[in-house]
Amino acid sequence: MRKNKMATLGAFIVIAIVIIGILAPIISPYDPNAQDLYNSLEGPSLKHPFGVDLYGRDILSRVIWGARISLSISFTAVLLSGMLGIMLGAIAGYFGGIIDEIIMRIFDMLLSFPDILLAIAIVAILGPGKLNLILALTIYSLPQFARITRGSVISEKNNEYVDAARLMGENDISILFRYILPNCISPIIVQGTMRMATAILVISGLGFLGLGIQPPTPEWGTDLSVARTYLRVAPHMGIFPGLAIFITVMGFNFFGDGLNDALNPRLKDR
Amino acid sequence: MIPILFGVSVLSFLLLHLIPGDPARIIAGIGAAPEDVEVIRKEFNLDAPLYVQYISFITGLFNGNLKSINTQDAVIKEIIPRFVNTFQLSLFSIFVSSIIGITFGIIAAVKRNTWIDNLVMGFSLFGISMPIFWLGILLMLVFSLYLNILPPGGKGGFQHIILPGITLGVASAAIVARMTRASMLQVLNQDYIRTALSTGLPKGKVIVKYALKNALIPVVTVVGLQFGYMLGGAVLTESVFGWPGLGRLIVDSIFNRDYPVVQAGILLIAVVFVLVNLGVDLLYAVLDPRIRRR
Repeated sequence: MRKNKMATLGAFIVIAIVIIGILAPIISPYDPNAQDLYNSLEGPSLKHPFGVDLYGRDILSRVIWGARISLSISFTAVLLSGMLGIMLGAIAGYFGGIIDEIIMRIFDMLLSFPDILLAIAIVAILGPGKLNLILALTIYSLPQFARITRGSVISEKNNEYVDAARLMGENDISILFRYILPNCISPIIVQGTMRMATAILVISGLGFLGLGIQPPTPEWGTDLSVARTYLRVAPHMGIFPGLAIFITVMGFNFFGDGLNDALNPRLKDR
Repeated sequence: MIPILFGVSVLSFLLLHLIPGDPARIIAGIGAAPEDVEVIRKEFNLDAPLYVQYISFITGLFNGNLKSINTQDAVIKEIIPRFVNTFQLSLFSIFVSSIIGITFGIIAAVKRNTWIDNLVMGFSLFGISMPIFWLGILLMLVFSLYLNILPPGGKGGFQHIILPGITLGVASAAIVARMTRASMLQVLNQDYIRTALSTGLPKGKVIVKYALKNALIPVVTVVGLQFGYMLGGAVLTESVFGWPGLGRLIVDSIFNRDYPVVQAGILLIAVVFVLVNLGVDLLYAVLDPRIRRR
């Protein structure tokens, strides 16, 4: 019951943030890049509920637009890495042997760069920018999707329905993608949800380091790195963009956690 | 193991060559004179075949011939002290987060499905969702700017490591707590625990003496893995608190286009990460005799 409530809360948060992101042009009270240098660094007020930043830009509007940026990038990257990772993981798991060795060794290598370091390395190669960020995140998430898919395919492929399909004359590709994969989909969906949370953390982390989305585009992490310098005079700058990241990531984590329990009834008791 | 280390070193080496365009021109920077580009091409041996360059990259790393573009110092001399700082920070963090995580994990498991359990698990979800650099900013706001009891950054005495150490450790504490709880629950359901309890031993003694020993084996793995992740993830904490670690050096070097430092720094962290994982595997076998027999 507790878990169900959390999943519902997570779903609610995710939906709310998605709507905020989509409707950003309509609901944001100001242009996120409109400057007002006379009122720079002012704290929260009725006119600007989250206060304004160094250039007098409305922080609420920047947080709202930030949702649009973070969600669109993380969604694109998770979708891309999901598709590629599922394909590679499925092939590795189904065919095994040398193909499996090659694919999984390459992913092991990628996984040897801990945490955000892999994303940093890729951005170091490609340079900052939106497209490069998507590419970096896609590569960053690929191994996880591939591993999960490979594991599920291996545990599914010895089932009788697979033999039955083979006897009916189905070829490998058809067996893999039409029979086996649909049965592996639930852990992959859970992984996708959790990956959204990680992707948002990485986007904002890179932004905070100055390696992500470049100013003046409103991005939560980038805005926080500016805020760090002005904490003493304008602490509000350091609060709201971070809160937005936290709530969004928590939404996806709650949702994924609940989804995991719902899709794997066996785990429910843990 | 060896193939992975080799692959990781090749990948780090290739960093510079995977960048679209001429590496010499990239190092020289935009608008560099063609003569300068040629000087750099010579100096970095960029016209040699790739495998020759790879060998000179690796040997140069050890004999000091690989030099930082900015400071002209041997790269190894630049990255080692910074790595020691990162290692120090991660070590402190993992120590604090394991103690907190294991303690709360045990409490949650023993008090399963009570409000205490819910509270601990709720906090652990908070911990996992927390952007590390935001947590750092919040802690800095409270403890350095408002309460003024801890320094906001830099490296010095023990007080300097407290805030970054906690910042870096919160997510791990959350993960360790979840793992401890799950593993503890599994052990508490075993027959030998029921037997121990039915002989009339006090519950506290059974938990600490019999259950904990077995429950902690998988936790050790998680702690080890978390420590490895910290080495890579520390860069954000280092940035918030101005901790002079290796992650920060890598990021600064990316901005300065000091590629030898970037390559070597990333390589060092990856190698240590692989070694830590190997160590964890070995430790697991030592702790759990069942693994050794396989």
